[in-house]
Amino acid sequence: MNPEEIHQKLQAKFADEIIAVNTDALDPYIQVAPARFLEIATFLCEDPALSFKSLMSLSGMDYGAETELGVVYSLHSLAKKHKITIRINVDRTDAHIPSAETVWRTADWHEREAYDLFGIHFDGHRDLRRILCPEDWEGWPLRKDYIVQEYYHGMRVPYQEDWQKYETFSRNPERGHHVFEFESKVPGLLNGSQENGDDSAGKSEDRTDG
Amino acid sequence: MANNLRPFVGKEQQFLQEGTYGENFIITSVDRILSWARLSSIWPMTFGLACCAIEMMATAASRYDLDRFGAGVMRPSPRQTDLMIVAGTVTLKMADRIKRLYDQMPEPKYVLAMGSCATSGGPYWQHGYHVLKGVDLIVPVDVYVTGCPPRPEALIDGVLKIQEKIRKESNFARKKQERANV
Repeated sequence: MNPEEIHQKLQAKFADEIIAVNTDALDPYIQVAPARFLEIATFLCEDPALSFKSLMSLSGMDYGAETELGVVYSLHSLAKKHKITIRINVDRTDAHIPSAETVWRTADWHEREAYDLFGIHFDGHRDLRRILCPEDWEGWPLRKDYIVQEYYHGMRVPYQEDWQKYETFSRNPERGHHVFEFESKVPGLLNGSQENGDDSAGKSEDRTDG
Repeated sequence: MANNLRPFVGKEQQFLQEGTYGENFIITSVDRILSWARLSSIWPMTFGLACCAIEMMATAASRYDLDRFGAGVMRPSPRQTDLMIVAGTVTLKMADRIKRLYDQMPEPKYVLAMGSCATSGGPYWQHGYHVLKGVDLIVPVDVYVTGCPPRPEALIDGVLKIQEKIRKESNFARKKQERANV
């Protein structure tokens, strides 16, 4: 089956759920709504003509601080020898997606990873814990608006000189996340003395704004 | 380290007499022979954190053979070790465990920070949200070995530096200070 036929087959059954289709992309994708994703996933996996038994990868995405989070499912059928990519976008403040962990066992740890690093909650996952970060870690590290915590168990997390910059920096609206100027981060590193280092910090801030 | 723990600095030769009573007799102090015994059998702890551990394994294997210096007996338990080689990136998640392992080692104990990650955070010092910026923030480090990762020769040199440190320590002075601290 080519991507267009796969889209037709999904369209026949879940016409209301399909938001966007791109069959010309390098990885042809179908973007669906999150609400009935578990049914879609079950259909993709168990329909004899589609037979997407293999979930090659599940990736969390952050499309920028002011826009949405997303999850990308890369599916492959070993029997039919075809591929498709399913995309789901969710709101940043309310990131909930039905878990496909019962459909593909691969999704178990992948969903935990996306939850750990992006804060995307997979409803119905039987063991949704952080997989990489410590369980009492604060925040979602790979989000573009992530600000690291100052201390973890009494150990300082950001480099000492960075923290003053963290407290005073302003978000860069174009890129949606924080941009650092190197010479302003460590006072005195480039200029040789503390006073000069502070001066250069002020200058570089001006440059960042410009 | 307090100065009174180093009675042999600068006058080591006085404590080693050869040839006074003929061949095969050496006169030295008990303190010095204890230090010699300790430095000749440093037992490191078996754990690696990242790519530096590969170099540590190579150092312990036959080509570089850390056992030549008595430091090749990698112990699986912290209770039996003298030296902790922190070989690799110390993440904050692992830092708690490393602190616990260090606390479980019996005195006297030594720490060798291997590579730039364990020394200062390495390439993660600036944007690494999950990396401890140097293992010396949680445990006292005796010897830093530079490199990313260090060559086995560099690690061997670090172990020799630990040996020199042990050679200059006095066991009796250390015991005395421990009793005083209690």
